Amino acid sequence: MTRVLPEVPAYPMARDGRCPFDPPPPLGGLREDAPVSRVRLWDGSTPWLVTRYADVRAVLADPRVSSDSDLPGFPHTTPGVAARRGRVKSFITMDDPDHARHRRLLTSDFTVRRMEALRPRVQGIVDGLIDDMLAGPRPVDLVQAFSLPLPSLVICELLGVPYADRDFFHRASRTIIARDATPEDAVGATDDLLAYLGDLVDRKDAEPTDDLLGRLTAEQLRTGAMSRAEIASMGLLLLVAGHETTANMITLGTAALLREPGQLALLRDGGDPAVVANAVEELLRYLTIVHLGRRRVALADLEVGGVLIRAGEGIIAATDAANRDPGAFADPDALDITRKARHHVAFGYGVHQCLGQPLARVEMQVAFETLYRRLPGLALAEPVERLPFKHDMIIYGVHELPVTW
Amino acid sequence: MKVEIDQDKCIGAGQCVVAAGAVFTQREDDGIVELLVADVPAGSEDGVRDAEMVCPAGAIVVHD
Ligand code: HEM
Ligand code: SF4
Repeated sequence: MTRVLPEVPAYPMARDGRCPFDPPPPLGGLREDAPVSRVRLWDGSTPWLVTRYADVRAVLADPRVSSDSDLPGFPHTTPGVAARRGRVKSFITMDDPDHARHRRLLTSDFTVRRMEALRPRVQGIVDGLIDDMLAGPRPVDLVQAFSLPLPSLVICELLGVPYADRDFFHRASRTIIARDATPEDAVGATDDLLAYLGDLVDRKDAEPTDDLLGRLTAEQLRTGAMSRAEIASMGLLLLVAGHETTANMITLGTAALLREPGQLALLRDGGDPAVVANAVEELLRYLTIVHLGRRRVALADLEVGGVLIRAGEGIIAATDAANRDPGAFADPDALDITRKARHHVAFGYGVHQCLGQPLARVEMQVAFETLYRRLPGLALAEPVERLPFKHDMIIYGVHELPVTW
Repeated sequence: MKVEIDQDKCIGAGQCVVAAGAVFTQREDDGIVELLVADVPAGSEDGVRDAEMVCPAGAIVVHD
Protein backbone atom coordinates (compact mmCIF):
# COMPACT_ATOMS: atom_id res chain seq x y z
CA MET A 1 0.00 0.00 0.00
CA THR A 2 1.36 3.42 -0.77
CA ARG A 3 0.86 6.38 1.42
CA VAL A 4 1.02 9.95 0.22
CA LEU A 5 3.72 11.64 2.24
CA PRO A 6 3.20 15.25 3.11
CA GLU A 7 5.74 17.43 1.38
CA VAL A 8 9.00 17.71 3.31
CA PRO A 9 9.57 21.39 4.13
CA ALA A 10 12.83 23.11 3.28
CA TYR A 11 15.08 24.06 6.23
CA PRO A 12 16.16 26.56 7.42
CA MET A 13 12.85 28.38 7.07
CA ALA A 14 12.54 32.11 6.53
CA ARG A 15 11.71 34.47 9.38
CA ASP A 16 8.75 36.79 9.10
CA GLY A 17 10.25 40.15 8.12
CA ARG A 18 7.78 41.92 10.43
CA CYS A 19 8.96 39.90 13.45
CA PRO A 20 12.73 39.81 13.02
CA PHE A 21 13.28 38.84 16.67
CA ASP A 22 11.11 35.73 16.42
CA PRO A 23 12.10 32.35 14.96
CA PRO A 24 10.58 31.42 11.59
CA PRO A 25 6.80 31.00 12.15
CA PRO A 26 6.57 27.49 10.62
CA LEU A 27 8.75 26.17 13.46
CA GLY A 28 5.95 26.88 15.91
CA GLY A 29 3.53 24.87 13.80
CA LEU A 30 5.91 21.93 13.63
CA ARG A 31 6.51 22.06 17.38
CA GLU A 32 2.75 21.83 17.88
CA ASP A 33 1.83 19.23 15.24
CA ALA A 34 4.94 17.33 14.20
CA PRO A 35 7.65 17.93 16.82
CA VAL A 36 9.95 15.33 15.27
CA SER A 37 9.70 15.51 11.50
CA ARG A 38 11.77 15.43 8.35
CA VAL A 39 13.06 18.58 6.68
CA ARG A 40 14.94 19.05 3.44
CA LEU A 41 18.40 20.68 3.42
CA TRP A 42 20.40 22.51 0.73
CA ASP A 43 21.97 19.23 -0.41
CA GLY A 44 18.64 17.41 -0.73
CA SER A 45 19.17 15.34 2.43
CA THR A 46 16.20 14.93 4.79
CA PRO A 47 17.34 14.83 8.45
CA TRP A 48 14.99 14.98 11.43
CA LEU A 49 14.09 18.34 12.93
CA VAL A 50 13.36 18.25 16.66
CA THR A 51 11.51 21.31 17.98
CA ARG A 52 10.20 20.63 21.51
CA TYR A 53 12.23 21.71 24.53
CA ALA A 54 12.19 18.30 26.26
CA ASP A 55 13.07 16.45 23.04
CA VAL A 56 15.84 18.91 22.17
CA ARG A 57 17.42 18.44 25.60
CA ALA A 58 17.02 14.64 25.35
CA VAL A 59 18.71 14.51 21.94
CA LEU A 60 21.59 16.78 22.95
CA ALA A 61 22.23 14.77 26.14
CA ASP A 62 22.09 11.35 24.43
CA PRO A 63 25.46 9.59 24.06
CA ARG A 64 24.03 7.69 21.06
CA VAL A 65 23.86 11.00 19.23
CA SER A 66 27.09 12.21 17.61
CA SER A 67 28.56 15.63 16.79
CA ASP A 68 31.11 14.12 14.41
CA SER A 69 30.68 16.01 11.15
CA ASP A 70 32.85 13.47 9.33
CA LEU A 71 30.19 10.76 9.66
CA PRO A 72 27.89 10.01 6.72
CA GLY A 73 24.41 11.37 7.27
CA PHE A 74 25.63 14.41 9.23
CA PRO A 75 23.38 17.37 8.33
CA HIS A 76 25.82 20.10 7.29
CA THR A 77 24.63 23.67 7.80
CA THR A 78 25.91 25.08 4.48
CA PRO A 79 28.01 23.98 1.49
CA GLY A 80 30.84 26.07 2.96
CA VAL A 81 30.72 24.26 6.30
CA ALA A 82 30.61 20.90 4.52
CA ALA A 83 33.64 21.83 2.42
CA ARG A 84 35.73 22.76 5.49
CA ARG A 85 35.37 19.21 6.80
CA GLY A 86 38.71 17.44 7.15
CA ARG A 87 40.67 20.71 7.22
CA VAL A 88 39.75 21.77 10.69
CA LYS A 89 38.80 19.44 13.49
CA SER A 90 38.23 20.72 16.99
CA PHE A 91 36.33 19.23 19.89
CA ILE A 92 33.03 20.86 18.88
CA THR A 93 32.81 18.19 16.15
CA MET A 94 34.25 15.31 18.20
CA ASP A 95 32.55 12.79 20.47
CA ASP A 96 33.70 11.60 23.86
CA PRO A 97 36.24 10.45 24.89
CA ASP A 98 38.26 12.59 22.40
CA HIS A 99 35.97 15.56 22.93
CA ALA A 100 36.33 15.40 26.72
CA ARG A 101 40.09 15.02 26.51
CA HIS A 102 40.41 18.22 24.49
CA ARG A 103 37.74 20.19 26.29
CA ARG A 104 39.26 19.40 29.69
CA LEU A 105 42.49 21.07 28.60
CA LEU A 106 40.54 24.33 28.60
CA THR A 107 37.90 24.07 31.32
CA SER A 108 40.17 25.55 33.97
CA ASP A 109 40.64 28.66 31.79
CA PHE A 110 36.91 29.38 31.61
CA THR A 111 35.68 28.63 35.13
CA VAL A 112 33.16 30.97 36.68
CA ARG A 113 35.76 32.11 39.21
CA ARG A 114 38.39 32.91 36.56
CA MET A 115 35.91 34.82 34.46
CA GLU A 116 34.60 36.76 37.46
CA ALA A 117 38.19 37.78 38.13
CA LEU A 118 38.21 39.31 34.62
CA ARG A 119 35.20 41.50 35.41
CA PRO A 120 37.23 44.63 36.31
CA ARG A 121 39.20 44.32 33.07
CA VAL A 122 35.97 43.89 31.07
CA GLN A 123 34.53 46.93 32.87
CA GLY A 124 37.64 48.93 31.94
CA ILE A 125 37.30 48.00 28.27
CA VAL A 126 33.58 48.79 28.24
CA ASP A 127 34.14 52.18 29.87
CA GLY A 128 36.93 53.02 27.45
CA LEU A 129 34.75 52.18 24.44
CA ILE A 130 31.89 54.30 25.79
CA ASP A 131 34.30 57.21 26.47
CA ASP A 132 35.29 57.01 22.81
CA MET A 133 31.66 56.93 21.69
CA LEU A 134 30.86 60.00 23.81
CA ALA A 135 33.82 61.84 22.31
CA GLY A 136 32.95 60.84 18.74
CA PRO A 137 30.28 61.71 16.17
CA ARG A 138 26.63 60.63 16.23
CA PRO A 139 25.01 58.49 14.95
CA VAL A 140 27.50 55.67 15.24
CA ASP A 141 27.37 51.98 14.36
CA LEU A 142 27.17 50.16 17.68
CA VAL A 143 28.69 47.03 16.14
CA GLN A 144 31.97 48.70 15.21
CA ALA A 145 32.09 51.13 18.13
CA PHE A 146 31.18 48.73 20.92
CA SER A 147 29.78 45.24 20.40
CA LEU A 148 32.59 43.81 18.27
CA PRO A 149 35.65 45.42 19.91
CA LEU A 150 34.68 44.27 23.42
CA PRO A 151 34.69 40.48 22.97
CA SER A 152 37.47 40.69 20.37
CA LEU A 153 39.78 42.49 22.79
CA VAL A 154 38.96 40.08 25.59
CA ILE A 155 39.44 36.88 23.59
CA CYS A 156 42.66 38.25 22.06
CA GLU A 157 44.07 38.88 25.53
CA LEU A 158 43.00 35.46 26.80
CA LEU A 159 44.37 33.54 23.82
CA GLY A 160 47.39 35.71 23.18
CA VAL A 161 46.34 36.78 19.67
CA PRO A 162 47.47 40.31 18.63
CA TYR A 163 44.41 42.59 18.53
CA ALA A 164 46.17 44.55 15.79
CA ASP A 165 45.32 41.65 13.45
CA ARG A 166 41.58 42.02 14.01
CA ASP A 167 40.67 43.19 10.53
CA PHE A 168 42.09 39.97 9.16
CA PHE A 169 40.42 37.58 11.61
CA HIS A 170 37.11 39.47 11.65
CA ARG A 171 36.93 39.16 7.87
CA ALA A 172 37.90 35.48 7.86
CA SER A 173 35.39 34.70 10.64
CA ARG A 174 32.64 36.46 8.74
CA THR A 175 33.32 34.34 5.68
CA ILE A 176 33.26 31.16 7.75
CA ILE A 177 29.84 31.96 9.18
CA ALA A 178 28.29 33.38 6.00
CA ARG A 179 25.55 31.08 4.73
CA ASP A 180 26.23 32.04 1.12
CA ALA A 181 30.03 31.67 1.25
CA THR A 182 31.17 29.51 -1.65
CA PRO A 183 32.98 26.31 -0.65
CA GLU A 184 36.17 27.84 -2.08
CA ASP A 185 35.83 30.99 0.02
CA ALA A 186 34.98 29.07 3.20
CA VAL A 187 37.95 26.75 2.70
CA GLY A 188 40.21 29.70 1.86
CA ALA A 189 39.22 31.65 4.98
CA THR A 190 39.69 28.55 7.13
CA ASP A 191 43.13 27.83 5.67
CA ASP A 192 44.17 31.46 6.13
CA LEU A 193 43.14 31.44 9.79
CA LEU A 194 44.81 28.07 10.42
CA ALA A 195 48.04 29.28 8.80
CA TYR A 196 47.91 32.46 10.87
CA LEU A 197 47.33 30.56 14.11
CA GLY A 198 49.99 27.99 13.21
CA ASP A 199 52.53 30.80 12.78
CA LEU A 200 51.45 32.19 16.11
CA VAL A 201 52.07 28.81 17.74
CA ASP A 202 55.57 28.76 16.21
CA ARG A 203 56.27 32.20 17.64
CA LYS A 204 55.05 31.12 21.06
CA ASP A 205 57.18 27.99 20.80
CA ALA A 206 60.24 30.17 20.16
CA GLU A 207 59.26 32.73 22.77
CA PRO A 208 56.85 31.42 25.40
CA THR A 209 53.98 33.70 26.46
CA ASP A 210 51.69 33.63 29.47
CA ASP A 211 48.37 33.18 27.69
CA LEU A 212 46.16 30.30 26.61
CA LEU A 213 47.85 29.55 23.27
CA GLY A 214 51.26 30.04 24.88
CA ARG A 215 50.35 27.55 27.59
CA LEU A 216 48.98 24.99 25.11
CA THR A 217 52.18 25.36 23.09
CA ALA A 218 54.36 24.81 26.16
CA GLU A 219 52.33 22.01 27.70
CA GLN A 220 50.87 20.17 24.70
CA LEU A 221 53.05 20.88 21.65
CA ARG A 222 56.39 20.48 23.38
CA THR A 223 55.33 17.26 25.09
CA GLY A 224 53.98 15.89 21.83
CA ALA A 225 50.47 15.58 23.27
CA MET A 226 49.00 17.82 20.56
CA SER A 227 50.21 18.75 17.10
CA ARG A 228 50.66 22.28 15.79
CA ALA A 229 47.62 21.73 13.54
CA GLU A 230 45.48 20.56 16.45
CA ILE A 231 46.35 23.62 18.51
CA ALA A 232 45.64 25.87 15.53
CA SER A 233 42.21 24.23 15.07
CA MET A 234 41.44 24.69 18.75
CA GLY A 235 42.57 28.32 18.53
CA LEU A 236 40.32 28.87 15.53
CA LEU A 237 37.30 27.54 17.41
CA LEU A 238 38.00 29.75 20.43
CA LEU A 239 38.75 32.85 18.40
CA VAL A 240 35.65 32.64 16.18
CA ALA A 241 33.26 31.41 18.90
CA GLY A 242 34.74 33.92 21.32
CA HIS A 243 33.91 37.12 19.50
CA GLU A 244 31.14 36.65 16.92
CA THR A 245 28.57 35.27 19.35
CA THR A 246 28.91 37.79 22.17
CA ALA A 247 29.11 40.69 19.70
CA ASN A 248 25.82 39.67 18.10
CA MET A 249 24.14 39.22 21.47
CA ILE A 250 25.10 42.74 22.56
CA THR A 251 23.91 44.32 19.32
CA LEU A 252 20.73 42.33 18.81
CA GLY A 253 19.91 42.49 22.52
CA THR A 254 20.18 46.28 22.39
CA ALA A 255 17.94 46.42 19.31
CA ALA A 256 15.35 44.25 21.09
CA LEU A 257 15.47 46.30 24.30
CA LEU A 258 15.20 49.62 22.46
CA ARG A 259 11.93 48.33 21.03
CA GLU A 260 10.66 47.60 24.53
CA PRO A 261 11.55 50.66 26.61
CA GLY A 262 9.76 49.26 29.66
CA GLN A 263 12.10 46.29 29.72
CA LEU A 264 15.12 48.49 29.09
CA ALA A 265 14.14 50.73 32.00
CA LEU A 266 13.76 47.73 34.30
CA LEU A 267 17.27 46.60 33.42
CA ARG A 268 18.82 50.07 33.68
CA ASP A 269 17.09 51.29 36.81
CA GLY A 270 17.10 48.00 38.70
CA GLY A 271 20.44 48.88 40.26
CA ASP A 272 20.86 45.20 41.02
CA PRO A 273 23.38 42.85 39.40
CA ALA A 274 20.88 39.99 39.78
CA VAL A 275 18.37 41.87 37.59
CA VAL A 276 21.01 42.36 34.91
CA ALA A 277 22.13 38.71 35.14
CA ASN A 278 18.54 37.55 34.77
CA ALA A 279 17.99 39.88 31.82
CA VAL A 280 21.00 38.39 30.06
CA GLU A 281 19.56 34.87 30.41
CA GLU A 282 16.20 36.03 29.05
CA LEU A 283 17.85 37.76 26.10
CA LEU A 284 19.83 34.60 25.36
CA ARG A 285 16.58 32.61 25.37
CA TYR A 286 14.53 35.12 23.43
CA LEU A 287 17.11 35.72 20.69
CA THR A 288 18.82 32.29 20.37
CA ILE A 289 21.39 33.81 18.01
CA VAL A 290 22.98 30.44 17.14
CA HIS A 291 19.82 29.94 15.16
CA LEU A 292 20.22 27.13 12.65
CA GLY A 293 19.93 24.27 15.11
CA ARG A 294 22.52 22.04 16.70
CA ARG A 295 23.59 19.46 14.13
CA ARG A 296 23.94 15.79 15.03
CA VAL A 297 23.78 12.27 13.59
CA ALA A 298 22.34 9.14 15.26
CA LEU A 299 24.87 6.39 16.09
CA ALA A 300 22.14 3.88 16.95
CA ASP A 301 18.40 3.51 16.48
CA LEU A 302 16.65 5.70 19.03
CA GLU A 303 13.23 7.03 19.84
CA VAL A 304 12.65 10.74 20.17
CA GLY A 305 9.20 12.02 21.07
CA GLY A 306 7.70 8.69 19.98
CA VAL A 307 9.41 8.75 16.57
CA LEU A 308 12.00 6.14 15.60
CA ILE A 309 15.24 7.65 14.32
CA ARG A 310 17.55 5.15 12.63
CA ALA A 311 21.30 4.86 13.06
CA GLY A 312 23.01 7.04 10.46
CA GLU A 313 20.17 9.55 10.13
CA GLY A 314 20.83 13.23 10.65
CA ILE A 315 19.20 15.18 13.49
CA ILE A 316 18.79 18.94 13.91
CA ALA A 317 17.95 20.07 17.44
CA ALA A 318 16.14 23.38 16.93
CA THR A 319 17.20 25.29 20.03
CA ASP A 320 15.42 28.42 18.78
CA ALA A 321 12.09 26.57 18.69
CA ALA A 322 12.82 24.92 22.05
CA ASN A 323 13.48 28.30 23.66
CA ARG A 324 9.98 29.39 22.57
CA ASP A 325 8.24 26.20 23.70
CA PRO A 326 5.23 27.08 25.89
CA GLY A 327 5.84 23.76 27.65
CA ALA A 328 9.04 25.20 29.09
CA PHE A 329 8.42 28.97 29.18
CA ALA A 330 5.05 30.62 29.87
CA ASP A 331 4.07 33.18 27.23
CA PRO A 332 7.28 32.30 25.37
CA ASP A 333 7.10 34.99 22.68
CA ALA A 334 7.19 37.82 25.22
CA LEU A 335 10.51 39.35 26.19
CA ASP A 336 10.30 39.44 29.98
CA ILE A 337 13.62 40.11 31.70
CA THR A 338 12.16 39.19 35.09
CA ARG A 339 11.14 35.64 34.18
CA LYS A 340 13.09 32.53 35.16
CA ALA A 341 14.94 31.68 31.98
CA ARG A 342 18.16 30.04 33.14
CA HIS A 343 17.12 26.67 31.76
CA HIS A 344 17.21 27.98 28.17
CA VAL A 345 19.21 26.06 25.57
CA ALA A 346 20.81 29.06 23.82
CA PHE A 347 24.25 27.72 24.86
CA GLY A 348 23.23 24.23 23.74
CA TYR A 349 22.84 21.29 26.13
CA GLY A 350 24.73 18.12 26.94
CA VAL A 351 28.48 17.68 26.80
CA HIS A 352 28.96 20.31 24.08
CA GLN A 353 27.23 23.09 26.00
CA CYS A 354 29.16 26.29 25.49
CA LEU A 355 32.57 26.28 27.12
CA GLY A 356 32.79 30.07 27.00
CA GLN A 357 29.49 30.77 28.75
CA PRO A 358 31.01 32.13 31.98
CA LEU A 359 33.01 34.58 29.87
CA ALA A 360 30.06 35.50 27.65
CA ARG A 361 27.94 36.15 30.76
CA VAL A 362 30.47 38.53 32.30
CA GLU A 363 30.89 40.39 28.99
CA MET A 364 27.15 40.74 28.40
CA GLN A 365 26.34 41.67 32.00
CA VAL A 366 28.95 44.44 32.06
CA ALA A 367 28.04 45.63 28.56
CA PHE A 368 24.27 45.84 29.16
CA GLU A 369 24.60 47.29 32.66
CA THR A 370 27.04 50.02 31.61
CA LEU A 371 25.82 50.98 28.13
CA TYR A 372 22.31 52.03 29.13
CA ARG A 373 23.44 53.62 32.38
CA ARG A 374 26.03 55.80 30.70
CA LEU A 375 23.96 56.49 27.57
CA PRO A 376 20.46 56.84 29.03
CA GLY A 377 19.24 58.53 25.85
CA LEU A 378 20.38 55.68 23.60
CA ALA A 379 18.06 55.35 20.57
CA LEU A 380 18.01 53.75 17.15
CA ALA A 381 19.02 56.12 14.36
CA GLU A 382 17.13 53.95 11.84
CA PRO A 383 13.71 52.35 12.18
CA VAL A 384 13.80 48.67 13.11
CA GLU A 385 12.29 47.73 9.73
CA ARG A 386 15.33 49.13 7.96
CA LEU A 387 17.93 47.25 10.01
CA PRO A 388 20.05 44.74 8.07
CA PHE A 389 19.23 41.55 9.96
CA LYS A 390 21.64 38.64 9.54
CA HIS A 391 19.37 36.22 7.73
CA ASP A 392 22.46 35.36 5.72
CA MET A 393 24.66 34.29 8.64
CA ILE A 394 24.97 31.14 10.75
CA ILE A 395 24.97 33.38 13.82
CA TYR A 396 22.00 35.75 13.85
CA GLY A 397 22.16 39.46 14.62
CA VAL A 398 22.27 42.72 12.69
CA HIS A 399 25.13 43.72 10.42
CA GLU A 400 24.95 47.32 11.60
CA LEU A 401 23.10 49.12 14.37
CA PRO A 402 23.12 52.89 13.88
CA VAL A 403 22.48 54.50 17.26
CA THR A 404 22.44 57.95 18.73
CA TRP A 405 21.86 59.41 22.23
CA MET B 1 18.45 18.19 51.45
CA LYS B 2 21.40 16.17 50.09
CA VAL B 3 23.15 16.71 46.80
CA GLU B 4 25.28 14.30 44.83
CA ILE B 5 27.69 15.14 42.02
CA ASP B 6 29.27 12.98 39.34
CA GLN B 7 32.69 14.40 38.41
CA ASP B 8 33.08 12.02 35.47
CA LYS B 9 29.98 13.41 33.82
CA CYS B 10 30.77 17.07 34.58
CA ILE B 11 31.89 19.19 31.60
CA GLY B 12 32.88 22.23 33.63
CA ALA B 13 30.31 24.61 32.22
CA GLY B 14 29.91 26.24 35.63
CA GLN B 15 26.14 26.54 35.59
CA CYS B 16 25.91 25.07 39.10
CA VAL B 17 28.31 27.68 40.49
CA VAL B 18 26.15 30.45 39.09
CA ALA B 19 23.01 28.83 40.49
CA ALA B 20 24.32 28.00 43.99
CA GLY B 21 27.79 29.36 44.69
CA ALA B 22 27.57 28.43 48.37
CA VAL B 23 27.31 24.75 47.47
CA PHE B 24 29.22 24.18 44.23
CA THR B 25 32.64 25.25 43.06
CA GLN B 26 34.93 24.30 40.19
CA ARG B 27 38.33 22.70 40.83
CA GLU B 28 41.13 25.15 40.16
CA ASP B 29 43.16 22.85 37.89
CA ASP B 30 40.46 21.46 35.61
CA GLY B 31 37.19 23.30 36.18
CA ILE B 32 35.34 20.18 37.32
CA VAL B 33 32.60 20.51 39.93
CA GLU B 34 33.28 20.06 43.64
CA LEU B 35 31.00 20.34 46.64
CA LEU B 36 31.80 22.99 49.22
CA VAL B 37 29.46 21.45 51.79
CA ALA B 38 28.01 18.01 52.35
CA ASP B 39 24.60 19.26 53.47
CA VAL B 40 22.81 21.98 51.59
CA PRO B 41 22.64 25.04 53.86
CA ALA B 42 19.34 26.77 54.50
CA GLY B 43 18.60 29.30 51.81
CA SER B 44 20.44 27.42 49.05
CA GLU B 45 17.74 24.84 48.35
CA ASP B 46 16.21 26.64 45.37
CA GLY B 47 19.60 27.33 43.84
CA VAL B 48 20.57 23.68 44.19
CA ARG B 49 17.33 22.56 42.54
CA ASP B 50 18.03 25.04 39.72
CA ALA B 51 21.54 23.62 39.38
CA GLU B 52 20.13 20.12 39.00
CA MET B 53 17.78 21.37 36.30
CA VAL B 54 20.30 23.42 34.31
CA CYS B 55 23.38 21.18 34.58
CA PRO B 56 23.92 20.21 30.92
CA ALA B 57 25.62 16.95 31.81
CA GLY B 58 23.20 15.45 34.30
CA ALA B 59 26.00 15.53 36.86
CA ILE B 60 23.90 16.78 39.79
CA VAL B 61 21.28 14.78 41.66
CA VAL B 62 19.29 16.20 44.57
CA HIS B 63 17.77 14.07 47.34
CA ASP B 64 15.14 15.80 49.43
C1 HEM C 1 26.58 34.83 23.85
C2 HEM C 1 27.58 34.22 23.44
C3 HEM C 1 27.65 32.77 23.04
C4 HEM C 1 26.68 31.92 22.56
C5 HEM C 1 25.20 32.23 22.31
C6 HEM C 1 27.31 30.63 22.35
C7 HEM C 1 26.65 29.50 21.90
C8 HEM C 1 27.20 28.24 21.84
C9 HEM C 1 26.48 27.03 21.50
C10 HEM C 1 25.01 26.96 21.12
C11 HEM C 1 27.35 25.98 21.58
C12 HEM C 1 27.00 24.51 21.40
C13 HEM C 1 27.54 23.85 20.19
C14 HEM C 1 26.96 22.46 19.96
O1 HEM C 1 26.09 22.00 20.70
O2 HEM C 1 27.35 21.81 18.98
C15 HEM C 1 28.64 26.54 21.94
C16 HEM C 1 29.79 25.80 22.07
C17 HEM C 1 31.03 26.38 22.29
N1 HEM C 1 31.30 27.71 22.58
FE1 HEM C 1 29.97 29.19 22.75
N2 HEM C 1 28.63 30.73 22.68
C18 HEM C 1 28.88 32.01 23.11
C19 HEM C 1 30.08 32.52 23.53
C20 HEM C 1 31.27 31.85 23.54
C21 HEM C 1 32.53 32.41 23.96
C22 HEM C 1 32.76 33.83 24.47
C23 HEM C 1 33.45 31.44 23.81
C24 HEM C 1 34.90 31.66 24.15
C25 HEM C 1 35.84 30.90 24.10
C26 HEM C 1 32.76 30.24 23.30
C27 HEM C 1 33.35 29.02 23.02
C28 HEM C 1 32.66 27.85 22.72
C29 HEM C 1 33.30 26.56 22.53
C30 HEM C 1 34.78 26.26 22.62
C31 HEM C 1 32.27 25.63 22.25
C32 HEM C 1 32.42 24.13 21.97
C33 HEM C 1 32.10 23.34 23.19
C34 HEM C 1 32.12 21.83 22.98
O3 HEM C 1 31.94 21.35 21.87
O4 HEM C 1 32.33 21.12 23.99
N3 HEM C 1 31.44 30.54 23.16
N4 HEM C 1 28.52 27.92 22.11
S1 SF4 D 1 26.63 22.57 35.89
FE1 SF4 D 1 27.04 20.37 35.68
S2 SF4 D 1 28.55 20.24 34.05
FE2 SF4 D 1 28.52 22.37 34.71
S3 SF4 D 1 30.15 22.53 36.23
FE3 SF4 D 1 28.27 22.10 37.33
S4 SF4 D 1 28.19 19.88 37.48
FE4 SF4 D 1 29.71 20.34 35.94
